[in-house]
Amino acid sequence: MADGNGYKVVGTRPIRHDGVDKVTGRAKYGADLNFPDMLFGKILRSPHAHAKIVSIDVSRALAHPGVKDIVTSKDLPILSENILAEDKVFYKGHAIVGLAAVDVHTAEEALSLIDIEYEVLPAVTDVAKAIREDSVVLHQSLTTNTLGEKTGKPTNISSHVRHQNGDVEAGFAEADVVVERTFTTQTVHQGYIEPITATAKYNPDGELTVWTSTQGAFNVRQQVAGILDCPASKVRVVPLEIGGGFGGKTTVYVAPVAALLAMRTGQIVKVTMTRDEVFEGTGPAPATLIRLKMGATKDGRITAADTDLFYEGGAYPGSAVGAGANCMFAAYKIPNLMIDGFDVVVNKPSSHAYRAPGAPNSSFAAECVIDEICQKLDLDPLEFRMINGAKEGDRNPIGPRHGKIGYLETVEAAQTHDHYQVEVGNGKLRGRGVASGYWGNGAGRSSVNLTVNQDGTIMLLEGSTDIGGTRASIAMQAAEVLGIAAEDVRPAVVDTNSIGETGVTGGSRTTHATGLVAIRAAESVIEQMKEKLADHWEVNLNQVDFADGTFLNSDNQISFKEAARICSPVVGSVTESTTGAGGAFGTHVVDVEVDEDTGKVEVLRYTAVQDVGTAIHPSYAEGQIQGGAVQGIGWALSEEYVYDQKGQMVNASFLDYRMPTSYDTPMVDTVMVEVPNPGHPFGVRGVGEVPLVPPLAAIANAVSRAIGVRMTHLPMNPGSVLKALNKI
Amino acid sequence: MSRKVHVQTQINRENVEFLCEPRQSMLEVLRNELDLTGAKEGCNNGNCGACTIIVEGRPVNSCCMLGVEAEGKEIQTIEGVATPEGLHPLQQKFLEHAALQCGICTPGFIMNAKVLLETNPNPTEEEVRFWLAGNLCRCTGYDKIIRAVLDTTETTGVSTNG
Repeated sequence: MADGNGYKVVGTRPIRHDGVDKVTGRAKYGADLNFPDMLFGKILRSPHAHAKIVSIDVSRALAHPGVKDIVTSKDLPILSENILAEDKVFYKGHAIVGLAAVDVHTAEEALSLIDIEYEVLPAVTDVAKAIREDSVVLHQSLTTNTLGEKTGKPTNISSHVRHQNGDVEAGFAEADVVVERTFTTQTVHQGYIEPITATAKYNPDGELTVWTSTQGAFNVRQQVAGILDCPASKVRVVPLEIGGGFGGKTTVYVAPVAALLAMRTGQIVKVTMTRDEVFEGTGPAPATLIRLKMGATKDGRITAADTDLFYEGGAYPGSAVGAGANCMFAAYKIPNLMIDGFDVVVNKPSSHAYRAPGAPNSSFAAECVIDEICQKLDLDPLEFRMINGAKEGDRNPIGPRHGKIGYLETVEAAQTHDHYQVEVGNGKLRGRGVASGYWGNGAGRSSVNLTVNQDGTIMLLEGSTDIGGTRASIAMQAAEVLGIAAEDVRPAVVDTNSIGETGVTGGSRTTHATGLVAIRAAESVIEQMKEKLADHWEVNLNQVDFADGTFLNSDNQISFKEAARICSPVVGSVTESTTGAGGAFGTHVVDVEVDEDTGKVEVLRYTAVQDVGTAIHPSYAEGQIQGGAVQGIGWALSEEYVYDQKGQMVNASFLDYRMPTSYDTPMVDTVMVEVPNPGHPFGVRGVGEVPLVPPLAAIANAVSRAIGVRMTHLPMNPGSVLKALNKI
Repeated sequence: MSRKVHVQTQINRENVEFLCEPRQSMLEVLRNELDLTGAKEGCNNGNCGACTIIVEGRPVNSCCMLGVEAEGKEIQTIEGVATPEGLHPLQQKFLEHAALQCGICTPGFIMNAKVLLETNPNPTEEEVRFWLAGNLCRCTGYDKIIRAVLDTTETTGVSTNG
């Protein structure tokens, strides 16, 4: 790749800069800091899915030896109900009381000494029930926002968005085949291995320091300062290594409580969630109910689609239904469209971002219905996508025109792949499924500071926390511009006092946006060095050129490293709100085998094709695609928040919430199609989100074809497959 | 709080003594008393493998072992895998194969894979996948981890580095 595109660093596979620390156990993650006389915080959480808090008595806990301080929502300068509940709890696991003690065991003992009297209320944990007229209502203040109009009547539907285009009735009249299905998807968790954690220190001069594991240090600063009602400039957030996030670490849960306890006790306080707290007390991805009707002509042209999307916001409004609607049909040309999207509150944790938030759910419905249409028309599903697929200049059916995109290229690459050429096999219940997916990707504010060392190496400071190799992918972009090796750029993620504001590492924006800013900073370095060399050589600035890592004029030619010795100190610092993100598509092919006795689905072979624009570090781009596909396998087959009738999650552990293990998964073959994004000098498109969009439908289509029954509910665990086979 | 117990053990070839409460797990002792934070807490109930250490040559979830059980044992943690001469072949292969993204599960995978290769120097892909099924990784989809371990067997044959 490096040879083919003329780049020297971009497209190569150097060892990541932070790698040695991570394979030797020396890298410091969120919970790895210890301080002398540090206190350990714990949080008391609601045992009920829905209840009024009648009274809270902390006197017995406060008297427990070793307990230093206890706080409730009354102690928060600015109320934030999802940090500490006020007078009602809206889900099991809702935080109510925070306390600090000399060690974690003492803190846990003290939790059991807090007396809370509840008035338990009926709970609703199912979006289908929550939208009924007779449902329990969570928030009396919430009235349906129907297309901008408040009805005044309390409801669980917090908002209603619509996309309308053409005439769907006319479109269905034109269709030769119409398929209508109702789908459900379950609540799933990001499943990051590192629990949420924060450690806080407060000095008497009002300086607050928060060490934490986060996708966005500046987000933490803003949220903590907001809740504690102090100036953001008084809060320094130090991002430590982050043990996975997938969107789940773009907000705060325990950081404000740790900070409050640190302020009140004067001691450093660390609060780390247990795994069950992570499941029950942080924001999972929403469960959904989706009805979709789609029509096509017999030659395979989509004529109309009409869909209702109901997304669970959890305890508070804010599901990703909007993004779900935006992405649902982005791959296709659909002349007549109606999307109605509803955000619905239920007695579950407040939902939060999970990799391409909203898109896997809606795409599951869209891609399954398309597959059924293909079966009815006896059309190859990839050929159907070639007929209907979007290219540059076509409109996403919700409105905007696509820029330069590589969707059809992914379909072609899937068609010609060896996987699609060979038979799926016979003799058993086997099937092959395909599906596509889209994510728009993000840009936004990033900051990079480059310091040129005398030896010609570079210190690169950035505000983007590194969740999966972005130190490397950003350093490589700077190295490419400067004409030096990837290893000669030493990247570091620094705290909020040390770099300009930077948005979260999320939305697949970081390699694009922070990379773009690193390129600008490198260009600034080159310009400054040209000026200094012009002085040094006693020539005019316009007589000094830089090309291929070499500064030159008519009489001189020196490498970047030689120039650094002459020119340093040089600092290039850029903070910029970037634009130019390029949307991206993936197309997945999967083969499964279903055990007709047990209902177990085995994934036999998996191929993921994706337009990555330009892969900066191909290994880490592949890794994003493989990781996303396997999270999709879990979402499709085994992962699920299981609730009992009282709204209690009954499987809040890694044993019972079944994420795929190495033994459940095959190798994931990746094919990276490279259609460069014109919005980035090297053509980068975000990579991380897209691969979680196609798998749910790809696997469902494979299972449906294997057993001859259309699967419309996730997860397709052994029980649900046996039900589909009429065996139980 | 109960009376602390004096424990003598060997960690990464060094004799180590520590005091711990009987209820403290080995993971807690390593991380909070000895500041060996390479073993990670992902679940604290033996389901994720991020805290894997080697005790008397066997992989153990240190969250499911009490600190007092370290008495008289020979223990290896991730901090003792590299030597002054360089990285262990597994560590090197994890880097070359990009077998880590966030890296939180990496110490556990390396410790468990190390025992696998010491007991079964040339495992099949199936054997590697089965052996490592107790270690959860949420980032990589396992593909590159499995390749890194398999590649270590091919390049080093019998891997018995201490």
